[in-house]
Amino acid sequence: MKQEHAAVSAAARAAADASRRGALRSRAARDGAERVIRCALFGCALLSIASTFTILAILLWQSATFFSMPEVSLADFLTGTTWSPLLGAEKQFGIWPLVAGTMLVTAIAAAFALPVGLVAAVYLSEYAPRRVRTALKPVLEVLAGIPTVVYGFFALTVITPFLHDRISEGFGTYNALGAGIAVGIMILPIVASLSEDALRAVPRSLRDAAYAMGSTRFDVSTKVVVPAALSGIMASWLLAITRAIGETMIVALAAGNLARMTVDPRAEVQTMTAYMVQIFLGDAPATGIEYRSSFAVATVLFAITLGLTVVGNLVLRAFREEYD
Amino acid sequence: MTRAAQGKAAGRSPAEIFAASAPASQVARRATDRGFLALCLAFTSLAVVILAVLLFTVWRDGHERLTWGFLDSFASRKPAEAGVKAPLWGSIWVCAICALAALPIGVGTAIYLEEFARRSRLTSFIKLNISNLAGVPSIVYGILGLTAFARLFGTVSADDPITIGDPEGLLYLRLPFGNGVLAGGLTLTLVVLPIVIVSSQEALRSVPRSLRAGALALGATPWQTTWRITLPASIPMIMTGAILAMSRAIGEAAPILVLGVPLFIRSTPTNLMSDFTVLPLQIFNWAGRPQAGFHELAAAGILVLLAVLLAFNAVAVVIRHRLQKAS
Repeated sequence: MKQEHAAVSAAARAAADASRRGALRSRAARDGAERVIRCALFGCALLSIASTFTILAILLWQSATFFSMPEVSLADFLTGTTWSPLLGAEKQFGIWPLVAGTMLVTAIAAAFALPVGLVAAVYLSEYAPRRVRTALKPVLEVLAGIPTVVYGFFALTVITPFLHDRISEGFGTYNALGAGIAVGIMILPIVASLSEDALRAVPRSLRDAAYAMGSTRFDVSTKVVVPAALSGIMASWLLAITRAIGETMIVALAAGNLARMTVDPRAEVQTMTAYMVQIFLGDAPATGIEYRSSFAVATVLFAITLGLTVVGNLVLRAFREEYD
Repeated sequence: MTRAAQGKAAGRSPAEIFAASAPASQVARRATDRGFLALCLAFTSLAVVILAVLLFTVWRDGHERLTWGFLDSFASRKPAEAGVKAPLWGSIWVCAICALAALPIGVGTAIYLEEFARRSRLTSFIKLNISNLAGVPSIVYGILGLTAFARLFGTVSADDPITIGDPEGLLYLRLPFGNGVLAGGLTLTLVVLPIVIVSSQEALRSVPRSLRAGALALGATPWQTTWRITLPASIPMIMTGAILAMSRAIGEAAPILVLGVPLFIRSTPTNLMSDFTVLPLQIFNWAGRPQAGFHELAAAGILVLLAVLLAFNAVAVVIRHRLQKAS
């Protein structure tokens, strides 16, 4: 401590001498500037923490206001199976229909995108000739860059009419399957490119060993490379599912606004995000119970997605295979 | 790596794999391999087909609407007269604000984490927090923007705002921000910040250690090293990440929707407090209507949005190319 102090004052004295002699920048001034910049950069980093805590505080505060209203109780909210916030006298706030709607759309999206994305990743990393790979990568990038509202439009004008005309008359304008497929298309490039990164990170020597034993490419892919990259693949799946749960514009356009508990893919359903869109688009007064209920829904949505992100990070860390 | 570890990594050892696949004949294994290749090709071409069908549908429905008048007229109740002037300019304003705010903060955070931060609990918490923020749905950021920017946490009443300057002029400020372009741009900043931070971190990490060591050995301070050596070397990658983030920002509708922007706007922004709407939100509005005329408008709006995105990516390619040549 004392030595440090002495060094600093020595530096300061040297700086003072230097400035008297007309040196351009003294060491003390330089160190001072360095400290200011360091603090500014640290401030930038703290901002991300601040935004997390502000989100938490807002959601908890608004939810607390919602639950303190006489018409609602936390127990009914968490266990109720009827969501009818706009029905005049018989308002009921049970979150499960919205959660069920979200889960149905997400399950459809996942059933489409997770296998297709993984197989595409295996193809790109293990099978595809270099020329095919360089042609296909931009396709995935374009798909990943398309705004989600475009997929919503696609669901309304292409997927749903196709389902109605070719599969079953039971598909109405708004249905879970059309929205789910569109969400699946949206998350497909996430699964494909992140899984491909994980597969490519598996060292060549593992593949070479398996080939030397007489394995086919299929054997190498499914029995060596995919198991070795499993943590990265699972992390990409979890990230894709998180995106699907939080996706808003597709479901607001194509899934409908009827909150109910069903597993029928032809049915019109309402997801948590679609309900929030319905409220924020409408002219519900900012102090009204419907308006405040959207914050409680947002809290549930935030808790689910944060939980999945945390699990994803744990999976990556717990199952990571380190290669040199 | 030991052999045992390799065996564990692959699930089983090569010998086991061989033993497991031995009963199947050579022919059968070849057939499985070929069958899987067919599956691969089918699934991968599915992605290509989807993209082709999507682009084709949008072009088929929208290209006839895509005229100069469409770009230069405001929204209207009659589909024939409607255009995207207001949302196009709104998107440009919001995106510019987003870039001006997100780039310095995002790159600053990345520099702190990569160049200055010591290994500590706080540092690893900041890193974990950023990866968690990337998973937050954008509509939740809308709620944050609504409360923090549009309403300033309720500290200033919207009915009795504090104003500075002339409402018609460029330098007009109003507290709270309400649903003006500034609130929109800052909300999108929060949405894309994790993307900017993570891509800038990767860019800084790709600069070889030896460059930093050389600068430090010559007596440069850590900041001088960063500013004159590390940052210039990583700028192409940072810009690529930044443009990716801006592409995300310009396509976001949900957070802007939560801010409560008006649906019909017949003016372009003149200052930071002006009312606005953005392209994706206008597309959402049109696509949600039952009449076919509005669907054509939505398709034409999508074509404009995709053209803007294409321009962004072209700029990214050019920047990357030039800077790589220069360095």
